[in-house]
Amino acid sequence: MISVASGPRKLAWRIGEVVETSPDTPRTKSLFLEIPGWEGHRAGQHIDVRLTAEDGYQAQRSYSIASAPEDGTVELLVERLDDGEVSPYLTDEIRVGDGLELRGPIGGWFAWEAREGGPLLLVAGGSGIAPLMAMIRHRKAAGNDTPVRLLYSSRSYEEIIFREELEALAAEDTALEIIHTLTRSAPPKWEGYHRRIDAEMLAEIAPAAEEGPLAFVCGPTPLVETVATDLVGLGHEPSRVKTERFGPTGG
Amino acid sequence: MDEHRLDGNAAGGILGEVFTFEMTTARAACAHCGATGPLGSSMAYVSEIGTVVRCAACDNALIRVVRQDEGPARYWLDLRGVEYLQLE
Amino acid sequence: MSGGFISRGFRGRRRRAEGDVRVPPGQYLVEGFPVLSAGPTPRTPLAEWSLTIEGEVDGPRTWSWEEFRALPSEEVTRDIHCVTKWSKLGTTWEGVSVDTLLEGVDSAAEYMVAYSDGGYTTNLPLEGVTGGKAWVAHTYEGEPLSPEHGGPARLLVPHLYFWKSAKWVRGLRLVTEDEPGFWESLGYHNQGDPWREQRYWGD
Repeated sequence: MISVASGPRKLAWRIGEVVETSPDTPRTKSLFLEIPGWEGHRAGQHIDVRLTAEDGYQAQRSYSIASAPEDGTVELLVERLDDGEVSPYLTDEIRVGDGLELRGPIGGWFAWEAREGGPLLLVAGGSGIAPLMAMIRHRKAAGNDTPVRLLYSSRSYEEIIFREELEALAAEDTALEIIHTLTRSAPPKWEGYHRRIDAEMLAEIAPAAEEGPLAFVCGPTPLVETVATDLVGLGHEPSRVKTERFGPTGG
Repeated sequence: MDEHRLDGNAAGGILGEVFTFEMTTARAACAHCGATGPLGSSMAYVSEIGTVVRCAACDNALIRVVRQDEGPARYWLDLRGVEYLQLE
Repeated sequence: MSGGFISRGFRGRRRRAEGDVRVPPGQYLVEGFPVLSAGPTPRTPLAEWSLTIEGEVDGPRTWSWEEFRALPSEEVTRDIHCVTKWSKLGTTWEGVSVDTLLEGVDSAAEYMVAYSDGGYTTNLPLEGVTGGKAWVAHTYEGEPLSPEHGGPARLLVPHLYFWKSAKWVRGLRLVTEDEPGFWESLGYHNQGDPWREQRYWGD
């Protein structure tokens, strides 16, 4: 990975190439991109993607980067929204070898570098795992032992994105704790949480406010607003609760 | 709750077209209520008509940006809602 | 600019409408009803809602929600055109004509500023909103207008780009000098006629 001194620069559109795709869950897919001249990113940042039709029509969306800065390619996690315009193209149509117009990395606010320490509280809903996965992967790649707790809300067990990788990472790392909650169906004998994230769950999971954890919350707007409000209610410093709402039109 | 509200981070793209500095970590002071904080912690309303960054405390429009896509690219930028911007 | 890059296989959901005389130049047709937000969606209770005509008038007049709803409403079916290039054909609204609201108002004003909950404003020449060309709409497709589309009431000026149809409208201020509104002061065209493609300053 080449690291270029990050002086002031303006964002410009450029063309990345899809070098690999891989299904994650029934509704999500990862695209791996090679981006000529990529300066590297910080875990948590996003890129803007712009699609252009032959008649000139354009559609633009933001996608969080799921890969660590140390990884060789840039991974985008795309959730397919049936009534979406961009996500069905990215999950169903685009293939290895295609170009994808993009710009980035964007957003130094919702970003974490291992040297910033923690402890970290990561809270994700659905595909909101993407920027938090970048942080978890970055922490491992950097050989960092910052204590991390991930509270991850998914609709069902089958829809837990990156489930196997998360299990493997947690199995070998006692400082990484992963707690799942399932909001719709749960498998037989499921012993974990089986409801939406609420203040009681956060009180059980979050490090005490006195430990001064740095919280990153990402997912659908209702989840993000609930979690941010509840964490502040539990005494967490608002400036250390960073949020990334996906909004109504991630598609 | 407002479904269309995004974090200031979401305005990072268009602000990055206009400014050479990282804008989501730039600190802004609201000209209406005086609240200060990084733009990433403010609220952003992003649509094809334009981007409006609003104060998280009082909803005052801090920054408005409009981009004309066709023809020669043109931008309009309204910073009347900020007392100051601190860029690093 | 993209330098001519085309995303292989991408068509988008919007459709070019070439040859359709109902669709202004440069517009695409949509089936849904996109929502563009420049700020939080106001949710003013009807008991606190009112509509005011003020400015260069002999005396301001104000209607409560019940008084407003007691005014005669008209049903109109019109095509609407957004400056972001979507058009939607045959939308049906019910509302009170601006002619009705201005009945008996004595004013030398030639312009008005529509203002809304949340601080949004848009400016219009009076001749563009009188003579059966504009309404304060409270009903869309037979249902009360939802907050995300501007309810309880929005201005409806279908012959101009749709940003002129101010959502959450609370008043019309009559003025002798034109005052550019929220978008008109930031690059968008002062008139906004879709048939003349008046999108930006200088168009």
